[in-house]
Amino acid sequence: MLYFLGYPQNGHRRGVRARLMRLFPCSTAKKPSASNQNSVEDELELSAVRHRPEGLEQLEAQTRFSRKELQILYRGFKNECPSGVVNEDTFKDIYAQFFPQGDASTYAHFLFNAFDTDHNGSVSFEDFVMGLSILLRGTVQEKLNWAFNLYDINKDGYITKEEMLDIMKAIYDMMGKCTYPVLKEETPRQHVEIFFQKMDKNKDGVVTIDEFIDCCQNDENIMRSMHLFENVI
Amino acid sequence: MAAGVAAWLPFARAAAIGWMPVANLPMPVAPTEKNKRQDELIILNVSGRRFQTWRNTLDRYPDTLLGSSEKEFFYNEETKEYFFDRDPDVFRSVLNFYRTGKLHYPRYECISSYDEELAFFGIIPEIIGDCCYEEYKDRKRENAERLMDDQEDNKDSKLPNMTFRETMWRAFENPHTSTMALVFYYVTGFFIAISVITNVVETVPCGSAPNQKEVPCGERYTVAFFCMDTACVMIFTVEYLMRLFAAPSRYRFMRSVMSIIDVVAILPYYIGLVMTDNEDVSGAFVTLRVFRVFRIFKFSRHSQGLRILGYTLKSCASELGFLLFSLTMAIIIFATVMFYAEKGSSSSKFTSIPASFWYTIVTMTTLGYGDMVPKTIAGKIFGSICSLSGVLVIALPVPVIVSNFSRIYHQNQRADKRRAQKVQKARLARIRISKTGSSSAFLHSKRNGLFNEALELTQLPYKMNFSDQSSIEEEQRLSKSTSLLESQHHHLLHCLEKTTNHEFVDEQCYQQSYLEAGLQTYPSRSPSLSSQDGVTGTCCTRRSKKRHTPLPNASAQAHMHPLTHPHAHQQGLQELSTIHIQPLSTSRSSLNMRVDEPAPLNCQSGQITTAIISIPTPPATTPEGDAHPPAGPAHQNVVKVSAL
Repeated sequence: MLYFLGYPQNGHRRGVRARLMRLFPCSTAKKPSASNQNSVEDELELSAVRHRPEGLEQLEAQTRFSRKELQILYRGFKNECPSGVVNEDTFKDIYAQFFPQGDASTYAHFLFNAFDTDHNGSVSFEDFVMGLSILLRGTVQEKLNWAFNLYDINKDGYITKEEMLDIMKAIYDMMGKCTYPVLKEETPRQHVEIFFQKMDKNKDGVVTIDEFIDCCQNDENIMRSMHLFENVI
Repeated sequence: MAAGVAAWLPFARAAAIGWMPVANLPMPVAPTEKNKRQDELIILNVSGRRFQTWRNTLDRYPDTLLGSSEKEFFYNEETKEYFFDRDPDVFRSVLNFYRTGKLHYPRYECISSYDEELAFFGIIPEIIGDCCYEEYKDRKRENAERLMDDQEDNKDSKLPNMTFRETMWRAFENPHTSTMALVFYYVTGFFIAISVITNVVETVPCGSAPNQKEVPCGERYTVAFFCMDTACVMIFTVEYLMRLFAAPSRYRFMRSVMSIIDVVAILPYYIGLVMTDNEDVSGAFVTLRVFRVFRIFKFSRHSQGLRILGYTLKSCASELGFLLFSLTMAIIIFATVMFYAEKGSSSSKFTSIPASFWYTIVTMTTLGYGDMVPKTIAGKIFGSICSLSGVLVIALPVPVIVSNFSRIYHQNQRADKRRAQKVQKARLARIRISKTGSSSAFLHSKRNGLFNEALELTQLPYKMNFSDQSSIEEEQRLSKSTSLLESQHHHLLHCLEKTTNHEFVDEQCYQQSYLEAGLQTYPSRSPSLSSQDGVTGTCCTRRSKKRHTPLPNASAQAHMHPLTHPHAHQQGLQELSTIHIQPLSTSRSSLNMRVDEPAPLNCQSGQITTAIISIPTPPATTPEGDAHPPAGPAHQNVVKVSAL
């Protein structure tokens, strides 16, 4: 019986408050949250309306893909994202499916920022295909540029140790827990040290784009691996 | 790999370029498509209705009929299409599964025909999406029960080679199996009724002798009633002993509720026989007679409904408990209030709070005997509040119990609850298996060395030109082992391994290596490691070559082992590895299996925490560190042991 008396009735309270507010029409208090919600929902609905990419010819001109390749890419893209844009959560979901053992969300976040060149919070098909064009059909210079852009989290032109550490941890997170040998806490940090020893020529604690490109061009392994995915599409 | 994202695999592979500058090891070679087919439309002719889809769509699920090379069996050369002589309506759902990744169950479809189609196309029903899974399972269960009921009706024939004991047990449990069982069933039922009626009639006052007060029949016709009682008890005893003899598991039978009721029903008689007609104990004897009423519970063997009621009450225990609790609360509150309200009035029946309990209960259940009535105005006010709230308190949990009962009744009517739970577990297990299929497929193919084989095959394209036959053979072999999508996905994971210089292992191996980190020496990694059943993990066989040297200053229980690292680090690195060894009793069973081997860490005495710190080796200069068996561990100095 007592639980009757104590039970809050939210709807009832809101109704009373709304009625009271109506009695004072001059009150410029903020609107009740319900109408805010409605406007937010309207926005969402509008943005859920499909985003159409630019025409096939334009994309053909801007990227290095052939018409057929663009068709294949778009079909796959649209299948997974019927609305035409990928937001960060969907992006993380998709990327996580390739790495079932680990946690790919951090790295996917960095990837998303690298693909989302206009920083509007969503990756459209154009962004997607531009990024792929660089990665798959670009020159080595462009690819290295892209990689530098990925590592440079705050896009200030320098890779600091902290940024590299974040990236490294994200990569190691994708391995998950069940690895051989067992992943230790310091492994990413050590890896970052190696990276900086290799890349940071003037030992000033940051890696600039020129140091990066120079160093990668002198490294056989890296050069070879840059050509690894050329036949992906 | 899940559906739909197969289209994003090229993206994931392209994004892997982001790891390249960070990696220190050379990357494995990518698998190439031998004959790079452009994506083409294929026509699936299902009983005349033509479906068209991209070949890649079907390739998403390589372990089904349409996704594998099995569909080539159905290829029609003349019409250049794949012909399936199956139901086109169900095929719609099957094809939509490939397109969208979700398998739906059409409600108008017969459950067994749907199951057959799924089995034909090699799709497991557990993949049915959550939107349709409930419906599917319900229909399947109904169907199974219907079939089972039909089977039971036909199961009346005696199975040969049943021992006498088993026959008897079956006769007891299912009275309609044989005539004897039926007779026995009715006879016992009759005697239970007789016994109960006797107990009741015993207390009725029969006529009296003219100058004596009324006596109950039991005292007037003592001998008759005693004979009746004896006969009933004899029958019950014989029945109980026969059941005990026939029971397949006597211990379990003796613990079951029905047998306890049987025992309680017949014990008073025997106790009464044993005890003498003593005045002191006759009071206790009378009490014992009360237990004879428990014979009425023996009827529950004869009535399914009674059993269900009992089961319902048992399963509604929480609701009943809540009802009891809330009632108790209300009773105490109102009794207190009434007591203090009526304290002032004279000749009040509310002498104490416990005395007021009776009033409160009678009022709240709306009985209202009227033996206790409030006289003061405050008492009347509170009394009326009490009776109003009583209605509410009781009316609230009761519908919950009622709905529970009806739900359980319908459930128990047919299916067993336990059976459903087992199926649910099996479903979850299968979904888990198919979801982890991707990761275990990678590990599996790694172990099998097929991965390396596939790479070798792709690196030698000239082999393909030898003859059509051999190329087709190899292609078939490849497609049987891994589809192109899978091999690309595995290549991606392999690149990640190379970038981070760590390998993927499965759960068991991980626990194993976690436990024994530092114990293993690592023989050369050869693809010839035969794959066992996937689950046990062949990487654990590497442990056979471990060495250990106990330190002289180590405590008795802890041993130190040189830490050798399989991948020699080209740059000097400092390695810290910490082993925490939990008490074995809490470890998972898989670990227990391995402990029998000569594990140097004998953890019999509780918890040991061992820290192994190794001084880094001078940088090894071998570029291919992988296949290099570890150089002498003498380089490494093992330092510290602390055993807690």
